[in-house]
Amino acid sequence: MLHIDNLHVSVADKPIIKGLTLDLPAGEVHAIMGPNGAGKSTLSYTLAGRAGYEVTGGAATLDGEDLLAMDPAARAARGVFLSFQYPLEIPGVPALTFVRTALNAQRKARGEAEIGAPEFLKRARATAAALKMDFEMLRRGLNVGFSGGEKKRMEIFQMALLEPRLLILDETDSGLDIDALRIVSEGVNALRSEGRSMLVITHYQRLLDYIRPDRVHVLAAGRIVASGGPELALELEREGYDKYASAA
Amino acid sequence: MTGLRDALLSRDETRLPGRRDEDWRWTDLRGTLRPLPAVSDAVQPLAAFDEPEGVQVRRFAAPVTAGTFDASLSVAAGETLWLLDRVDAGAGAYARDLALDITLGEGATLHRLVLAADSADAVSVTRAMVSLAPGATFHQTVLATGGKRQRIETAVAHPGAGARARLDGAYLLADGRHSDQTTILDHQGPGGTSEQLIRGVAADQARGVFQGRITVAVGADGTDARLKHNALLLSDRAEIDAKPELEIYADDVACAHGNTVGTLDAEVLFYAMSRGIPEVEARLMLVEAFVGEIVERIGPAPLQDAARAFVADQLEALRR
Repeated sequence: MLHIDNLHVSVADKPIIKGLTLDLPAGEVHAIMGPNGAGKSTLSYTLAGRAGYEVTGGAATLDGEDLLAMDPAARAARGVFLSFQYPLEIPGVPALTFVRTALNAQRKARGEAEIGAPEFLKRARATAAALKMDFEMLRRGLNVGFSGGEKKRMEIFQMALLEPRLLILDETDSGLDIDALRIVSEGVNALRSEGRSMLVITHYQRLLDYIRPDRVHVLAAGRIVASGGPELALELEREGYDKYASAA
Repeated sequence: MTGLRDALLSRDETRLPGRRDEDWRWTDLRGTLRPLPAVSDAVQPLAAFDEPEGVQVRRFAAPVTAGTFDASLSVAAGETLWLLDRVDAGAGAYARDLALDITLGEGATLHRLVLAADSADAVSVTRAMVSLAPGATFHQTVLATGGKRQRIETAVAHPGAGARARLDGAYLLADGRHSDQTTILDHQGPGGTSEQLIRGVAADQARGVFQGRITVAVGADGTDARLKHNALLLSDRAEIDAKPELEIYADDVACAHGNTVGTLDAEVLFYAMSRGIPEVEARLMLVEAFVGEIVERIGPAPLQDAARAFVADQLEALRR
């Protein structure tokens, strides 16, 4: 699914990712853990194609296609979805309109037929109910006046309707209370499937109690410095990142 | 006297307003209209006609020809009228001055929607002089797509006395077009309210101008006047000029004005694109939302529909 090979990324001429290699097979969930400043958000923005994240070396491919050559919209149409740590507000664009526009733009890019309004509304209602979201809220400007937890739920709502193949969750647990964390995690877990891979980027182990990863990687100073099974996350929780900070 | 009308009627181009005239510094006609086109030396009357289907909608269709035109409209005490004031997209290089006299009787209501789609080569000045009686309500929305020089001026004589004025507007400019919305709100008596919300978008080498002057006369106590202009620059070569002015000679008034000029938020654009919305679509979506607030404030549904369709057409022109 996703192959990252010796990736180097600079932001404002400062190297942040320095030779990162990662292999995420189809259907697997991998966690990326690391201290602040390790390059976690840089990795997620680079994969999604944000401007200002300059790839100075290496490669990233999705099913063999060069991800880095595509603009963000083309990546999304290929199935990449980044769940933002801080989702943006868009006044004047109702959440439902936004998601339907995105879904149909993706379908158009893939040569698929558009989804009509009635069918979309049916899916949206079912998804909102599963995420315990107030449907009326979805008629208002996207994320405008939403609490932090509601915004994260809105990310999962979009994810469920857009049905991406590669999910990148950037600090999805930040700002969530325990109930919201459970609902959001259930939403993510419902999307786990054979053809879908997930990259769960997090500082704390807490989220991984809810979204169980197949593998855990430690990101420090721009490189993967250790990889292991779920037990690695528990070890990090006990011992902290100090050992890796010095290794890097 | 200076003004497009005086210059056209007297065939004297030195009477054209130009950049040395304080109120016309960003809408230079003198440097633009040379030589002066020959037009009839008589002001031609312009009749309003009723829309065939809308019982309440009266309509002015400004001709896309050179000349000077006069029109008038009065709304009787207690009556309500909707006015669709439309310049249909035309071609050609015409110079047109249109003066509109509007009088609202006591407690009367007028919703005026101006859809100004002048041609790219037009020099067009539309001036509305609006006089309100006590308790009258005047709601106006001007949607403009510019011309070679386009000026849409609204002057409101506001008696206070419970009368209300709302002057909204939006300009959506592409290519090398120019559009100027100028408002003069004269609060002459106590207890009046007015609000103005103008949104503008300038792409390519377009130039948007907004001038809003609010005066609160001696004795016009308790006036509440608000004005807000927000504009977006969609290109490095586009230009926005704005001049909000407050002149207050009364006590106990609430007046506020705000003015912002910015660009589309790159982070919001990235967010939309990361969901699969191509850049051009994402930009248009944000522009539509920005201007959409103006459209949504229009009360009568048929006028709101006409405004929405007008904006949708113009968004297509920005799709490049």
